[in-house]
Amino acid sequence: MFCGKQRRIVCVWFPRLASDGALRAHPLEGPFALTLRQGNAERLHCLNRAAEAAGLFRGMALAEARVFCAALQTRPADLHREAQLLAALRRWATRYSPWVGLEGEDGLALDITGAAHLFGGEAGVLADLRARLSRAGFTACLGLASSRGAAWALAHHGEGVAPPGADLAAIAGLPVAALRLAPETVTALQRLGLRHVGDLARTPRAPLARRFGAALLDRLDAATGATPEPLTPGAEPPRFALRLTLPDPIGLVADVQAGTARLLAALCERLAAQQAGARVLRLTLRRVDRDTQEVELRLAAALRDPARILPLFTRGIEAVDAGFGIDQLRLEAVQVEPLPAEQLGTTTAPGDPTRLGDLLSRIGTRIGLENILRLLPADSHVPERGFLTAPAVFSRPASGWNAPRPRPLVLFPPEPVAAAGSTPPRAFRWRRMALSTARAEGPERLAPEWWFDDPAWRSGLRDYWRIETWQGRRLWLFHTPQEPGWWVQGEFA
Amino acid sequence: MSDTPIPGYPLRPGRVHEVCGPGATAFAAICAAPGTGPVLWIREAHSREALTPQGLLPFLDPARLLIAQTRTQADSLAVAEEALKDGTVPLVVLAVTRPLDLREGRRLQLAAGAGGATGLCLIPEGMGSNAAETRWRATPRLAPQPGPDSTPFRWESIKNKSGTTGAWDVLWEAATHRLRVVSPSRE
Repeated sequence: MFCGKQRRIVCVWFPRLASDGALRAHPLEGPFALTLRQGNAERLHCLNRAAEAAGLFRGMALAEARVFCAALQTRPADLHREAQLLAALRRWATRYSPWVGLEGEDGLALDITGAAHLFGGEAGVLADLRARLSRAGFTACLGLASSRGAAWALAHHGEGVAPPGADLAAIAGLPVAALRLAPETVTALQRLGLRHVGDLARTPRAPLARRFGAALLDRLDAATGATPEPLTPGAEPPRFALRLTLPDPIGLVADVQAGTARLLAALCERLAAQQAGARVLRLTLRRVDRDTQEVELRLAAALRDPARILPLFTRGIEAVDAGFGIDQLRLEAVQVEPLPAEQLGTTTAPGDPTRLGDLLSRIGTRIGLENILRLLPADSHVPERGFLTAPAVFSRPASGWNAPRPRPLVLFPPEPVAAAGSTPPRAFRWRRMALSTARAEGPERLAPEWWFDDPAWRSGLRDYWRIETWQGRRLWLFHTPQEPGWWVQGEFA
Repeated sequence: MSDTPIPGYPLRPGRVHEVCGPGATAFAAICAAPGTGPVLWIREAHSREALTPQGLLPFLDPARLLIAQTRTQADSLAVAEEALKDGTVPLVVLAVTRPLDLREGRRLQLAAGAGGATGLCLIPEGMGSNAAETRWRATPRLAPQPGPDSTPFRWESIKNKSGTTGAWDVLWEAATHRLRVVSPSRE
């Protein structure tokens, strides 16, 4: 195809991927199946060999299956886990060739062009694949051909190898379903008497295209190699995790720090290559008794400077119980954010955002980053809801404050004051202090927000007064006319 | 009326000061007003009193304020020490709920000296630490005439390691962002 060389594609089909995966984790004897809820019924999703031998099949209702086979053991299927398993197998298969893609939900396609000699030729690749997969407990059907379509056909219909350039000859005897056609097309072709791929290839193309559309011929051409079909290798997302395994256990804080420093330097290099910065880091320390200790570090800003991150680990590492010693360190950037390279200034003056971020990270390791708060404006005339507090490192400072009327500097939950009437009391007691009113400004009537059911505002309207006392204190009192009473809610500067 | 400077005010940077009395919060806000950098306000999470940004507006831009909520005073002190030592935050305000012993007070002083930041402890009456550079008592006063700028205070300097003590009647002018000493009062 390109550079005069035939592509060679291996298709691996796992007919029992999900049940093999489930049985690998928790082995069982006897018929076993995974069930999936479809509509209103539990149906068999994936069966092991014993269950298939008992006459069960995929898509069968579970109740029916139990009648046929009383010994059937089942577990619920997990499609997400299944996809993860296939992705892991795909990653593993890159040992044969760098060009490995997924083939549907239960298969892999490997482009082994030019890589087969590393395993002693194509037969060597297939034998190695089969041996390793069966040792791992997976049933696999392999097909090798020059095109993806032919490899798929061979894998799904009896396995086999098509010699280079002889794809059509190899699949000519296979049923038309081997061309990855829709079931209704397959039925229609069979009704016409076109049962095998070979029959289809010998039939004039124009009437076929008229009857079944271009899709059928596209599939046929892809299988015979007449039109190329690309193979998309899975993306390799960058992995920000490293580990360091030690020949002898360590226990001193300084030693663990030194190990962490090594991992951190390498991790930061990876982060720099991806123009990313770590936001959350996790250091997992495995002890010789197989217990693991975790140190989690949350940073105030995305960072990839080992010299700035390492001191932040000190506190966490000191708190670790090393037991009989630690023999493996694993450092992972759990949360990564893009961090483009920046022009560095020559000075780091106080007030520099990066220095502030470092300080907040350090404080955050002690009290938690979510406990460093910032005040943000909120759209409410209710005093206690007129502002928001948000974690400083996850928000930006906001402006747009407005206070049309003076507001107290300090606000506290309302404290009752013994007084009556709708005009401010002349003298009252608050916090065991006898206070007398010198001047009163108000009232400023605030209505509760009916769209919130705030227990504190159930007493209805509030008439706020700014009271200046002869004793000096400037207080914010309110009167609730609907449920008469006086309360102190704040103090002015 | 005169603009007599108050000895000890503005607070000496690189030291830790203390303020008590009912006007302590406003005192801290006035101390934070002249700068432009962030202000770290450390308080314990269980405290019932909350600072309101609208109330801070006459003194400083609430966006400058960072509030650290801690569980215990030990955490508060650790955060204050860290922030003072770093010096990135020019003013660190620490709400103290139990008296500091000499060791804690001294550690804060050393941290402030290392970082060059100013520390201000809001202390309950009579809970001062011997290590403090200055100690103030701020009490609000009744304004002679009503008005939005009527925020007079009586500031008493009750301890000053490097200067004289005294008492002053001061007034914060929100419009000009300026502290005015009304008159030196004698008692």
